[in-house]
Amino acid sequence: MHDEPINRRAALGAIAAAAGAAALRPFETVAHATPAGPITRPIPSTGEELPVIGLGTWITFNVGDDAELRDECAAVMRAFFAAGGRLIDSSPMYGSAQPVIGYGLTRLGRPAALFAADKVWIGSGDRGPGQIEESRRQWGVRRFDLLQVHNLLAWEDHLATLLAMKEAGRLRHVGISTSEGRRHAEVEKIMASRPIVDFVQVTYNVLDREAERRILPLAQDRGIAVIANRPFRQGDLIRSVERHPLPAWSAEIGATSWAQVLLKFIISHPAVTCAIPATSQVAHVRENLGAATGPLPDAAMRRRMAAHVEAL
Amino acid sequence: MSEWWSYTLSDFLMFSPRTYYRLLERHHAAVWPAHVAALGFGVTSLALLRRPTPARGRVISVMLAVLWAWVGWTFLWRRYGTINPAAAYGAPAFALEAALFLWLGTGPGRPRYEVSRGAAGGLGLALAVVGVALYPALAPLSGRPWRQAEVFGIAPDPTAIATLGLLVLASGRLRWELLAVPILWCSVSAATLWAMGAAEAIVPALAALLVVASAAMSGRTALALQRPPPEN
Repeated sequence: MHDEPINRRAALGAIAAAAGAAALRPFETVAHATPAGPITRPIPSTGEELPVIGLGTWITFNVGDDAELRDECAAVMRAFFAAGGRLIDSSPMYGSAQPVIGYGLTRLGRPAALFAADKVWIGSGDRGPGQIEESRRQWGVRRFDLLQVHNLLAWEDHLATLLAMKEAGRLRHVGISTSEGRRHAEVEKIMASRPIVDFVQVTYNVLDREAERRILPLAQDRGIAVIANRPFRQGDLIRSVERHPLPAWSAEIGATSWAQVLLKFIISHPAVTCAIPATSQVAHVRENLGAATGPLPDAAMRRRMAAHVEAL
Repeated sequence: MSEWWSYTLSDFLMFSPRTYYRLLERHHAAVWPAHVAALGFGVTSLALLRRPTPARGRVISVMLAVLWAWVGWTFLWRRYGTINPAAAYGAPAFALEAALFLWLGTGPGRPRYEVSRGAAGGLGLALAVVGVALYPALAPLSGRPWRQAEVFGIAPDPTAIATLGLLVLASGRLRWELLAVPILWCSVSAATLWAMGAAEAIVPALAALLVVASAAMSGRTALALQRPPPEN
């Protein structure tokens, strides 16, 4: 499965080296702004540009067979693509989210811009290919752009499957995912091993910054794209900060709402490729994509933002 | 599950409150006019409590069996399962409860549903009335329209609560075999509603707690009665 076996000492050495190199590196961003669209960042392994704001589907797209809510999800997807969005992320764990995405894509005429990111989430490695095929059928895509091993469940077996699929041209990128700071030590080991995964998905937001210590520097060093999940802590963070007035400094970073402040904090980290806020409202998806325009905070402003939100 | 201590109730909630309550609304539309029959079963059960006989007890048990099978199939399996895959485990449990009511509720030694004097009688009657008649009012009290109300014999929570009440009223020993599924369902539902931020979570939680306490006290009393008197 791997060119090199995962050696804990080698892995920890690589992590330490990456963290050190990142500390010495000047704060820089490789984000690219296009005149008409959102800011993009390249996927390190392929150079393909991705808008820094994607679309998550946890809870919001699990609407079952409710025709009205399905249409609302399709409207969110329409607004997302219209604003220049590309990456939609889901998982077999998200209930009916996958068929709802498939419904939306059909309604929208299969947008060419789609970057289809899904996951494999099943305890048996042998059943992984079957689950992936079912997911692909539900999305209605020819192949996925990215498949991640969800929460590192049976990751050894699933990673072998995904790497073989990529080798055979049936998958474009391979990744792993976790959330809320779980199993970071294992995430680091996988990131430090070979073959290198293309993507890692972790929780990262203005209050949950554990990933800054080791995972984000390691991702930069190893050339791994980072997807930041739970940007609003499943809405709790937004509800918490929205009780307070928008800080005066938000104008300096071109943010007109708390959602944009929180998202700009995430996507301004140079290791982050894309944040994936989930929403069921068209107005919110437009607001979220708005965070991918205008200036991004520099290192000093990021420290100020974190301190401000922590103090609320 | 790795690092299980880092999970909270909200981590297991995979749908929004709006989706859930719309699901109830759509379920009502899909099964109407079954409400009339369900409510008829509920009111008849309450009426049969007035003059308890073995035959009337059998009628109540059969009606409960029908309703548990119906709610398990129509709501859990066909409706709730579309947004909550765990409902696939709930539906067989509801089928099991239906089978138990047919088996234990109609066979030899079947329970007689009777409003006795004392705390247990009051608790049983109160839960039965809440489940059959009052539970739908939680919707408007929580700011939701009536069409999203949970109704006895149509939705699982009021069905389970009324069933608990009737089982508390059942004479003889309380049958844990029959209590297990409604108590478990009330616990799961309370946790789900709590994660949704719904204050009505307190109702199924309280129902389950009170019935467990009542059953435990009843069991202790039965044991004490069976014990021979102390010798002086």
